[in-house]
Amino acid sequence: MTNSIQDIGQADCILVIGSNTTENHPIIGQKVKQAVRRGARLIVADPREIELSRWATLWLRQKPGSDLALINGLLNVIVKEGLYDREFIASRTEGFEELKEAVSRYTPDKVAEITGVPAEDIIKAARLYASGPRSAILYAMGITQHISGTANVMALANLAMACGMLGKEGAGVNPLRGQSNVQGACDMGGLPNVYPGYQPVTDAAVREKFARAWGIAPEKLSPSNGLTLMEMMQAAEEGRLRGMYILGENPVLSDPDAAHVEKALRKLDFLVVQDIFLTETARFADVVLPGAAFAEKEGTFTNTERRVQLLHKAIDPPGGARADWQIIAEIIRRLGFPANYNSPAEIMAEIAQVTPSYAGINYKRLEGQGLQWPCPAPDHPGTPVLHQEKFNRGLGKFHVVDYVLPDEEPDEEYPYIFTTGRLLYHYHTVISRKSKGLEEICPEPVAEINPQDAESLGIGDGERVELISRRGRVQVKAWVTNRVPRGVVFMTFHFWEAAANLLTNPALDPVAKIPEYKVCAVKVRKL
Amino acid sequence: MVKLKINDKEIAVPEGTTILEAAREMGVHIPTLCYHPKLRPLGHCRLCLVEVKGAAKPVAACETPALEGMEVFTDTPRVREMRKGILELLIATHPVNGCYTCDRSGNCELQNFVYAQGLTECTFSTDTYRYPVVKDNPFIVRDYEKCILCGRCVQVCREVQLNFALNMVNKGFKTKIAPVANGEEAASTESPCVFCGQCVQVCPVGALVEKSSRYKVREWELKKVRSVCSYCGVGCNLELYVKDGKVVKVRGYDNPAVNNGWLCVKGRFGFDYIHSPERLQQPLIRVGERGEGKFREATWDEALDLVAENLRRIRDEYGGDSLGILCSAKCTNEENYLLQKLTRGVLGTNNIDHCARL
Ligand code: SF4
Ligand code: SF4
Ligand code: FES
Repeated sequence: MTNSIQDIGQADCILVIGSNTTENHPIIGQKVKQAVRRGARLIVADPREIELSRWATLWLRQKPGSDLALINGLLNVIVKEGLYDREFIASRTEGFEELKEAVSRYTPDKVAEITGVPAEDIIKAARLYASGPRSAILYAMGITQHISGTANVMALANLAMACGMLGKEGAGVNPLRGQSNVQGACDMGGLPNVYPGYQPVTDAAVREKFARAWGIAPEKLSPSNGLTLMEMMQAAEEGRLRGMYILGENPVLSDPDAAHVEKALRKLDFLVVQDIFLTETARFADVVLPGAAFAEKEGTFTNTERRVQLLHKAIDPPGGARADWQIIAEIIRRLGFPANYNSPAEIMAEIAQVTPSYAGINYKRLEGQGLQWPCPAPDHPGTPVLHQEKFNRGLGKFHVVDYVLPDEEPDEEYPYIFTTGRLLYHYHTVISRKSKGLEEICPEPVAEINPQDAESLGIGDGERVELISRRGRVQVKAWVTNRVPRGVVFMTFHFWEAAANLLTNPALDPVAKIPEYKVCAVKVRKL
Repeated sequence: MVKLKINDKEIAVPEGTTILEAAREMGVHIPTLCYHPKLRPLGHCRLCLVEVKGAAKPVAACETPALEGMEVFTDTPRVREMRKGILELLIATHPVNGCYTCDRSGNCELQNFVYAQGLTECTFSTDTYRYPVVKDNPFIVRDYEKCILCGRCVQVCREVQLNFALNMVNKGFKTKIAPVANGEEAASTESPCVFCGQCVQVCPVGALVEKSSRYKVREWELKKVRSVCSYCGVGCNLELYVKDGKVVKVRGYDNPAVNNGWLCVKGRFGFDYIHSPERLQQPLIRVGERGEGKFREATWDEALDLVAENLRRIRDEYGGDSLGILCSAKCTNEENYLLQKLTRGVLGTNNIDHCARL
């Protein structure tokens, strides 16, 4: 998030797009509802009727996969009506003229045609957002899990910059991260192109620095970008990748086109999985290492607003299981490298040394409310709002981004749009399913189907159906509901019994390499 | 600012401050029961009654704004008498055998209060209407016998969680708090309740408790350890309540910058996966075909050697780029840092990624 969770309390207008906030980020959802109660206006853009739709001043029900057209449509109105922030654009940005030109094609009428959102609602939404004075954008996977995911995010940045909604409290462009430490995993260089703190692997000076810190020769560090997860799977299938070490992830269930992943893992020469359960992925391993759950170790998580927070150890791991940092350090040692850490606090000290945005972070300072990076020095208070004075690159650049159709559109054979997401009571694929209460209240998957579609297919509420895509099929109970519009079928991906990702399309966003989970085509058959 | 006197001492407070807040600022104790610092005052319990010079009747300090020139007395014989009466009524309607088996014993606002007041007898006896305990969902138990009708749960659901799942129903001695759907009493699973448990967290007594730990732990047996939720990226702060090496319940920890003490159903009630019998407890080495899921238990030494040996072999024979590492969005920063250090510094490849995109 460019801004902070607390900031939502100061927003005058909130645009929630591609985020079912009350179910997926409930405490932020709560803050949004509180803001509405206080008088903030809420615009919800979501194809599904989510709890926040009922709280919204305006609910835009765009067709799945048409977000970019919608955002450009808002910009079109903002340009046409002169609602943009001239001063902000002049002093802090570049490329606005090109953007103006590009969005001129996205007239409300044309966008209405693409998205299914009435033209007058597009105009109203644009006016609401632009008039702020403080407007915040919240978005999640509903925006990013598309082949145009990166472009969608850029479009949101365009919108915020055009209206001067960055660098101040109560505004910002705020991605809501899905997992407890997904922000931290990225910050720590768990990405193929960057070291901790987003320092590029292709930069010789960066490699030099890390080589020195780690006591190795700089030539030992690879100068080229590595493979992304999906590319690794591809490489494994082709025999180019021979060994994998998977820590606490379950790609067999969470990746698109699950059958493909299984095939790739089978081809490996060696696979080690470190996890707390024998997951679907661990079943393919040569060696399984039992790690520790969050309550069983010390460490830090970084939340969606970049806040680094402490976890304390409450209990011991069960049986012979060990804290994951100890296991990894042990493997490093057995490969002939020093890794003599006595505690995670010592590892954090090393992180602070090599990561400028974490340089001022240490365990002592984290005891209170945590610290938001960038925190470049031990006396720096942390950064609740990014881009206050300037953007990372100096001037903020408007990027012209154009709407493209989803990779797979419904057709005669596969007439329904299939889209996926999470539920309040579950979370990804493993841990919530091992919780007694969560499993009791929500034990089985359902596919949401619009009543009109259900009627034409002769499907009754609670009856079993089969969903078929070009990649696979799953059987599941139908929930006939107006939560989904006509022509759209929704399912969650938590359940191995009906793994939604057997159906989804692995077509990737060319930049972020995120698969297009949010749209593919299926047919529905009554069982 | 307004100036007033409390027990003959002068204090200046910002406009809109209540008598209760002003008194607390001065260190003057006024007993409260329905008042909760994070909720708007309810004015239900009347325990906070104080006398104001010139006013005919005592007023509730929690909901009465401090005004210029006010003279407040918090501990007059009349106030004490009324307080005692209210308290006795509360005790009379509370189950006498309750504290023996109550989860909240030792941390109950009513119990503490009765103790502090040194109340050893009760002159009233009443016939309140008794409703059976409700256990209609997997998370929360509502024990009507212990409910003091303070209204905090109704209020937190309306004001903080904003799901409007609770209300007072019935009248007089039959009054109770219940989940409602479309204005009618309903099962919690039929109401808009999302089982966030904010209501459990604010209940001052043992009327709302966590089902999974009910009758299993007492307050003084618990060790409380501060941590962060393992589910979504909001990073809610929480306290793990530990007994005998097990986490038995979770409460929100009050970090005003993040969750202000509130949690959702996953954070509050979904932690028990850590004690699942299916947890891995020993390193495993594959014995069957790959994917068959057949393993034998191994020692750490054997398993770690096997891992190191194979990583080294593949790196040396085919180059580091023939290895791929997935780090974890559920593991700590320190663990992810070490794993990328292993990947880059030891294996010599940048093939590291995780499921962030998914
Ligand atoms: S659990 Fe949450 S939603 Fe349900 S009644 Fe309590 S406060 Fe309301
Ligand atoms: S308690 Fe709920 S909202 Fe808070 S971090 Fe956990 S899952 Fe997210
Ligand atoms: S605390 Fe004031 S009426 Fe209950």
